[in-house]
Amino acid sequence: MATMNPAIARPSDDLAPPESRWRSVSRRFLKHRLAVTGLVVLILLAVGVYLGPFVSPYAFDANDLAHAGDWHLTVRHWLGTDELGRDVLTRLLYAGRISFTVGLAVAGLSVLVGTLIGAFAGFFGGWVDSVSMRLVDVIQSVPLLMLLMVLVAFLGHDIRIIVLVIALTSWTGVARLVRGEILSLKGQEFIEAARSVGVGSFGQIFRHLIPNSLAPVFVSATLGVADAITLESALSFLGVGIQPPIPSWGNLLTDAQQYLIMTPWLAFYPGLMIFLTVASINFVGDGLRDALDPKLKQ
Amino acid sequence: MSRYVLRRILLAIPLLIGISALLFILMQKVPGGPLAVYGNNPHMHAADRARLIHAMGLDQPLHIQYIRWLISAVKGDLGHSLFTGRPVLAMIAERTPNTLMLMGLSTVLSLILGLALGIFSAVRPYSKFDYVATTGSFLGYSLPTFWFGIMLMMVFAARLHWLPAGGMHSLGQEDNWLDGLPYMILPITVLSIVSIASWSRFMRSSMMEVLRADFIRTARAKGLSEKVVIGSHALRNALIPVVTVVMMAMPSLFGGAVMTETIFSWPGIGRLFYDSLGKSDYPVMMGILLISATLVVVFNLLADVLYSVVDPRIRLD
Repeated sequence: MATMNPAIARPSDDLAPPESRWRSVSRRFLKHRLAVTGLVVLILLAVGVYLGPFVSPYAFDANDLAHAGDWHLTVRHWLGTDELGRDVLTRLLYAGRISFTVGLAVAGLSVLVGTLIGAFAGFFGGWVDSVSMRLVDVIQSVPLLMLLMVLVAFLGHDIRIIVLVIALTSWTGVARLVRGEILSLKGQEFIEAARSVGVGSFGQIFRHLIPNSLAPVFVSATLGVADAITLESALSFLGVGIQPPIPSWGNLLTDAQQYLIMTPWLAFYPGLMIFLTVASINFVGDGLRDALDPKLKQ
Repeated sequence: MSRYVLRRILLAIPLLIGISALLFILMQKVPGGPLAVYGNNPHMHAADRARLIHAMGLDQPLHIQYIRWLISAVKGDLGHSLFTGRPVLAMIAERTPNTLMLMGLSTVLSLILGLALGIFSAVRPYSKFDYVATTGSFLGYSLPTFWFGIMLMMVFAARLHWLPAGGMHSLGQEDNWLDGLPYMILPITVLSIVSIASWSRFMRSSMMEVLRADFIRTARAKGLSEKVVIGSHALRNALIPVVTVVMMAMPSLFGGAVMTETIFSWPGIGRLFYDSLGKSDYPVMMGILLISATLVVVFNLLADVLYSVVDPRIRLD
């Protein structure tokens, strides 16, 4: 049925072609109202943070001293300016670009590492499995935020280091997940078939096992972006992440803390951006989970 | 049973060694090394430095240093603070009650509310209540704690002056517990929102899974009232996985609140960690990390053992 040529099959009303996987996943996803809302918000935010700084007439560190500290919403500065006369909206969008990039880079890197380690552990078993799973245990035993604070303090606050450090501590969940998937797939007939026609270990892993265990990985990668953004902004808020003058949602909030009474909005916006982004990603992830694995939903 | 427990304990030992090795290697990476604190001291001659290096055993091979460090750590000697010169263990012990009080209260509060929300949601899935609770828990879970804390502080402390912005007591009122109460409200609210959200989600899915089970249908078929079916048959089984997760959350009672303690200047372990980071007081930071990680391992072990007690099907392997 799946390989039937549609030109020959002449689908009629009573013999509709089977819905493609992509079609059925997107249909189920679109039924999840909150997930769709989250996706729309997320796309708007992404367009804003990646294109906004180009459109804005201000550089993220340009001072408009005549209007410094004016947090009223004006035509000139839509969300006002900060204490140094920098345009708040421009800085928010620029900071968002950094947060989005960090989130995506961390999720990509940790999914890559986690999938590889999990797949090898699950496929080869034995000492490969024990060593990698004990490593997972060790990393998961140390309190995450504290570990990150120490690592970043030792290694430096460069954005690439921050990405690397967060990724190095967050691949463990994906590794566990992939290992479990591989273990349950390994015994199935299609793998036995592949092995019987002489497909090698790497062929089995990369051509057959990993592609078939990607659905839950996809969900966890999505949620991983939210976690990475939260962690980066927490580190930046504590002063060990992205360093001023480069804005990030976390360090904008740290700066704004000094002016809580006079200009409370300065503290409100960056946190609201984090909240909107993280909540949207979490809703999208939930929608994806339901869409990719309808068995999970009752 | 005792063989199972013994096996789990034996498995925990290499894990603890792995964690301590990781932290030891981390400590070796301290910028400038352990004597960096003397780097800017003009009275520190090269000869003194060499003597200190020898006296502290820093010229020994790395694995010898690690074993020595591990032995003293096991004996409870976590070194001395580079800043105050006091034993790390004493500094941590002094902060522990403050953190335990804050985390203990918020854990109890969020468990009660979170489990109740989760149970109500699961009993009437896809109702208005469930919809609001589920959406709310997603939002609560996504809330950045530091921002939420600052917003609460801005409204209730800076604007309305109803509650203090930070600290644990008014000046000179350190022994008056009644005076301390208002100081706890904001940090506990912040800590609880996120935990209520995750507890309720967990409880909801656990309860819904049990409610689909055959024995629940049997109980209903026997004509038991819905109160008995849910209250005693379903709930008891749905709580089994929750017990384990609660056990696994226990270690965070010790060090889980870096962010909240930092924002509200709560003099606990988390704040101690943050302050030590600012002063590059590495022994204190390492001590806190080592104790936290050890607690995680111990409580994971307890959770496994407890799980095998409440659910004997698990014990086989």
